[in-house]
Amino acid sequence: MAIKTEAIGKQWPATTYEVGKEKIGEYARVIGLESPVHFDREAAKAAGYRDVVAPPMFCVVYSAPALGPAMFDPEVGMNFAAMVHGGQEFAWSEPACSGDEITTTAECLEIYEKDGKGFYVFETVSTNQDGAEVVRGTWTNIVRGV
Amino acid sequence: MAELNQGEQIAGLTVTPDKYLPHRYAGASGDFNPIHIDPEFAKAVGLPNTILHGLYMMGLVARAATEAAGGDPGSLQRLSVQFRGMGAPETEIVVSGEVREAGDGKATIDVVAAQGENQTIRNAEAEVAL
Repeated sequence: MAIKTEAIGKQWPATTYEVGKEKIGEYARVIGLESPVHFDREAAKAAGYRDVVAPPMFCVVYSAPALGPAMFDPEVGMNFAAMVHGGQEFAWSEPACSGDEITTTAECLEIYEKDGKGFYVFETVSTNQDGAEVVRGTWTNIVRGV
Repeated sequence: MAELNQGEQIAGLTVTPDKYLPHRYAGASGDFNPIHIDPEFAKAVGLPNTILHGLYMMGLVARAATEAAGGDPGSLQRLSVQFRGMGAPETEIVVSGEVREAGDGKATIDVVAAQGENQTIRNAEAEVAL
């Protein structure tokens, strides 16, 4: 069965997420991060941040909601029963701090077949309330037996 | 300021996620895929038991790279990983890494996360500012 590729280049509606101080702390504790810049406003400011700063991988919290509709889009047509999250890349720019409002868009970059597997590559781009890029994510899902 | 030299091993980290860690990570991240939190569901889809979130383990890799760069969360510029083996709760995770190149105020670190022989994250590449 040939893989469907018409969704390449498709973009989905942006989502917005307001970063909260306690949500940053919750995430940081689960990962085992102890730096006070993730918990304490004064410590974050003393380190040069506007407010309590998110750990880099907190980006999944605000960028993943934009990806949901892309993953489930019938035009993409991924078989979830045979899908694994194969690879992930993030490139960070401006830090995300408590109080930031972050907007994320998602686009399908590539769909291709290799060694009997389907590769579905999506990009998310997150920008803050000032229009500055915060993080760019590349999400690779692999579907066996396409 | 941290100093990293080519060929140097980073301190890395060792952590054993407890039985309920995937529940806390699900709450923190918003990813409630039942393969991570429901043993019956996980077994029904052919897994041995619940598995760790790949992005949780990527979070540990990010933590190790950030700590190697001196601890400032802003020092991590880029991180790419490949998820391979499945991670299990209640099993020790070792994150280790080696500096591939360093200079001009930045470094690239090759990182691996493993549970015993099972490399759950491989070919991870972290770029940090020093």
